[in-house]
Amino acid sequence: MMDRDKLSVLAISDSGFIFDPVTGHSYTANATGLKILELLKAGKEEDEIKSAIMDEFEASDDEVTVDIQDFVENLKKYFLV
Amino acid sequence: MKKEYIKPYIKRQSAGVMNKFGVTYNKGHREDIEGIPIGRFTDEFGSPVFVLSEKVIRERYRKIYSYFSSKYPKAKMSWSYKTNYLGAVCSILHQEGETAEVVSDFEYEKARSLGVPGNRIIYNGPYKPLDSLVTAFTDGAMVNLDNFDEIIKAEEAAKKVGKKVSVGIRVNMDTGVYPQWSRFGFPIENNGAFNAVKRISHSEHLHLEGIHCHIGTFMMDPNAYKEAVKKVVQLMRKIEHEFEITISYLDFGGGFPSNNKLKGTYLPPEVAVQPVENFIDAVADTLLDELAPDEYPDVYLETGRAIVDEAGWLISTVDAVKRLPDGTKSYIIDAGVNLLYTSAWYNYKVEIDRELHGAYENSILYGPLCMNIDVVAESAFLPPLPKGTRIILSPMGAYNVTQWMQFIRYRPAVAMIMEDGKLEQIRRAEKLEDITGPEFVPDKLRKFNL
Repeated sequence: MMDRDKLSVLAISDSGFIFDPVTGHSYTANATGLKILELLKAGKEEDEIKSAIMDEFEASDDEVTVDIQDFVENLKKYFLV
Repeated sequence: MKKEYIKPYIKRQSAGVMNKFGVTYNKGHREDIEGIPIGRFTDEFGSPVFVLSEKVIRERYRKIYSYFSSKYPKAKMSWSYKTNYLGAVCSILHQEGETAEVVSDFEYEKARSLGVPGNRIIYNGPYKPLDSLVTAFTDGAMVNLDNFDEIIKAEEAAKKVGKKVSVGIRVNMDTGVYPQWSRFGFPIENNGAFNAVKRISHSEHLHLEGIHCHIGTFMMDPNAYKEAVKKVVQLMRKIEHEFEITISYLDFGGGFPSNNKLKGTYLPPEVAVQPVENFIDAVADTLLDELAPDEYPDVYLETGRAIVDEAGWLISTVDAVKRLPDGTKSYIIDAGVNLLYTSAWYNYKVEIDRELHGAYENSILYGPLCMNIDVVAESAFLPPLPKGTRIILSPMGAYNVTQWMQFIRYRPAVAMIMEDGKLEQIRRAEKLEDITGPEFVPDKLRKFNL
């Protein structure tokens, strides 16, 4: 289970700038990363996120599955989930 | 229409760490090697595949030899088999005029099998079986002896051959570098070398003709060669004076570096590694300073790495992508330390076969072996790589296809780009029969029920 509480406080701009008011850290993300982050913040499950990405971008199921997993691991590294 | 997919990334912003040199070593992509698309190598020979360039080997040799021979009149070069003894590589260098420098009975036989006359072989190394010494003396090879027991063994071999044979001795010395390679040859400083010469001069079967040294590998400081030349010339003078013999050759071995990145070095090789001309200057200028023109002996260099390393690449393929628990990105590629023994000492240049978008991260390249030590690159700066990306590692020409081992997997093919642009396979990928061929299973072990 993923702890999404920390995501709820993030300030996310449309341009990909992310600010964490708790720690003071700031982050940048690309369009795909931003999309996943917003969907996670909105409480969407992995399958829903995958579908949303594949609806918007030209990518295979396998690639998106691995990339979402990788992105979440990266969020864990930054203690954002 | 859907948008182009770029792998997702998020990166924490931090105050930049200054790099006054402004060089990123492990960043870049290459779509071809000498005009041949990366995919063609893997389509024809599979992945991984080693690639060598005939053109680069010849260019590197000619550059080094022409510079050396322009500075010293009796310059000679001998190809260091252990650096790369693929038949095609050795043959290129023999065509260029290099003799063969071997360090084992196997290498000796390989040189002979390629058509190198025995009297065009330098036989070095700390262990030479008696039979191979007999063959070498019969053929008239240049044999450089390593220790006192080998002097005695050489006398025994000469007796078998039935003639007085010429030999050289390998010497070692302090050239100001650490570690000193003192395990090979006779030490100059404590008179070990002089005593070896004394012993040979009293022999009915041996005649001293040359002095050989090889002060280290991937040497970073040319000054060490100046010291080596000074000390060897002093020894030569002392020997010629005391024993009334003429030394006809000096052999300063190899050890010149290539543009590879030695682990533990901060600067990239383009900055840290001095040009090969500086090393040749150190040898040739010191010789000219120390010798009178009427006493110039033949002088050999056994340069291996500096000729062939940058003529080689390894193309490998990303098979899986993993994020480690500590957040580090890692990739599993199909070439490991079984093929890349040298990865223990070098941080290779890592390139990919296409331009990829996304945030660059320091990533680990793991090999395919089921072993924790199978790490090809500890910190390659890479964008997010999809499975199937080809990774091109370089320089790969030196020592890899001689030190590779058949562990768990077959050794792959080696391809060569010929000077005319044609692609040739110079060693095929191994098959099961190559491994099981020399084995015998006793009859009683042949049957089992599972």
